[in-house]
Amino acid sequence: MKLTLRVWRQQNAEAPGAMATYEVDGISQDMSFLEMLDTLNEELILGGDEPVAFDHDCREGICGACSLVINGDAHGPERTTTCQLHMRSFDDGDTIDIEPWRASAFPVVKDLVVDRSSFDRIIQAGGYISAPTGTAPDAHATPVPKPDADSAFEHAECIGCGACVAACPNGSAMLFTSAKVNHLNVLPQGAPERETRVLDMVATMDDEGFGGCTLTGECATACPKGIPLPSITAMNKEWLRATRKVRR
Amino acid sequence: MEMRRFMSWTDEDFPSSVVSMALATRTDRRPSMTRTLWDSSVGKKTIMAVSGLVMLGYLVVHMLGNLKIFFGSDEFNHYAHWLRTLGEPFLHYEWALWIVRVVLVAAVVLHAVSAYQLSRRDLRARPTAYVHRKARSSYATRTMRYGGVILALFIVWHILDLTTGTVHSGGFQSGHPYQNVLDTFSTWYGNVIYIVAVLALGLHVQHGFWSAAQTLGVGSATRDRVLKTLANVLAVVLTAGFVSVPVAVMTGVVS
Repeated sequence: MKLTLRVWRQQNAEAPGAMATYEVDGISQDMSFLEMLDTLNEELILGGDEPVAFDHDCREGICGACSLVINGDAHGPERTTTCQLHMRSFDDGDTIDIEPWRASAFPVVKDLVVDRSSFDRIIQAGGYISAPTGTAPDAHATPVPKPDADSAFEHAECIGCGACVAACPNGSAMLFTSAKVNHLNVLPQGAPERETRVLDMVATMDDEGFGGCTLTGECATACPKGIPLPSITAMNKEWLRATRKVRR
Repeated sequence: MEMRRFMSWTDEDFPSSVVSMALATRTDRRPSMTRTLWDSSVGKKTIMAVSGLVMLGYLVVHMLGNLKIFFGSDEFNHYAHWLRTLGEPFLHYEWALWIVRVVLVAAVVLHAVSAYQLSRRDLRARPTAYVHRKARSSYATRTMRYGGVILALFIVWHILDLTTGTVHSGGFQSGHPYQNVLDTFSTWYGNVIYIVAVLALGLHVQHGFWSAAQTLGVGSATRDRVLKTLANVLAVVLTAGFVSVPVAVMTGVVS
């Protein structure tokens, strides 16, 4: 495959960026999108140019490190992470636009790399339990109803990649925050911090400069792990309950 | 004993700054419910949802009242007069109407201020647009902000036209709403302004009602279809009901 890539290049956080155009040839349909970018970078390095910086780690769709808005879609045209996106999703001769996540809470560090530590601070505000768990307990020590366990697991699938923020026209982190809040709030282990968790995580989300939710549903469409839009509704319900129940 | 040992370990191994920070956090009082609501993006959405539903409830009654125009001038004017005597003798003349007006003004102001502040936050959160743009959300969703501004301007015109008569096209007669409505819808611009605003209202309600349900935590995966259908029905019924009046005047059904 021969492709034309238009890639966002930005030297550092302060420098202005722009789209740069590159031609790559000899791309196999079996390559992942990141392997295609590796090929581009090898050519850039051989030509004495600076390689394109992009985030990646496990390359098997479970770590949440990779990002990239590809042709206007977070993680590209398939519902998966960029590392699990393959070049068979594109055609020979295509022009592909590659941009970083765009949100004021995710400042660009370099090229396609953004700083997602604002997500870490949301987690720090309440994405944990304080119950001492000790060694692994017996599986039946704390009974959890099956629907609750399923719901917790569905939300625990969130890998914190930030595609929801990148896709949202308001740069909102509601889907991420709701996944983390619901994951722990439906479980008995998360009950002691049920109110403070949702209040503090939503407050930190606001403080970090994420936008509000207008329920466009773009986040849930972009999410590679399929966190559903009703998660946001469930978090709103938890938040409203917490404003009434929290100890002041 | 166990507790005592734990405490002494804490005292020895943590620098005093960490301990005092933890204490400071624990004694930090949470703000009141009102403050929490107003300061949070989720809380402001709640205020928008509740004020929106108040206005929506009013609009359903307003639309049904408007349809009385099809029963002739006597019944329509009598209905308008009854609105002023509603609640008598417990309430004074027009008090019920003024209570409704005060509630509506409060709802409009809260809705608009929250919308403005949330929009500012949203625009700040996405300062750089994507080079490769895609429009994916529905037309109703994308036009909520513009639609809201259109509706706000319409409300001003509508009150100046048919409540105060300031910008009324014919000779405005207080207490003769049937004739006043005929005058307004006998001008081309009266019809255009009204119909455009009502179409904007339909779109606004279609996304707004469903959104309000999500914000208030009423929605769920199983209820989604019911809520979306209800939003569509409300939008269509309100639009058709309101538009029927200018259309009836234009076609001579009401004269």
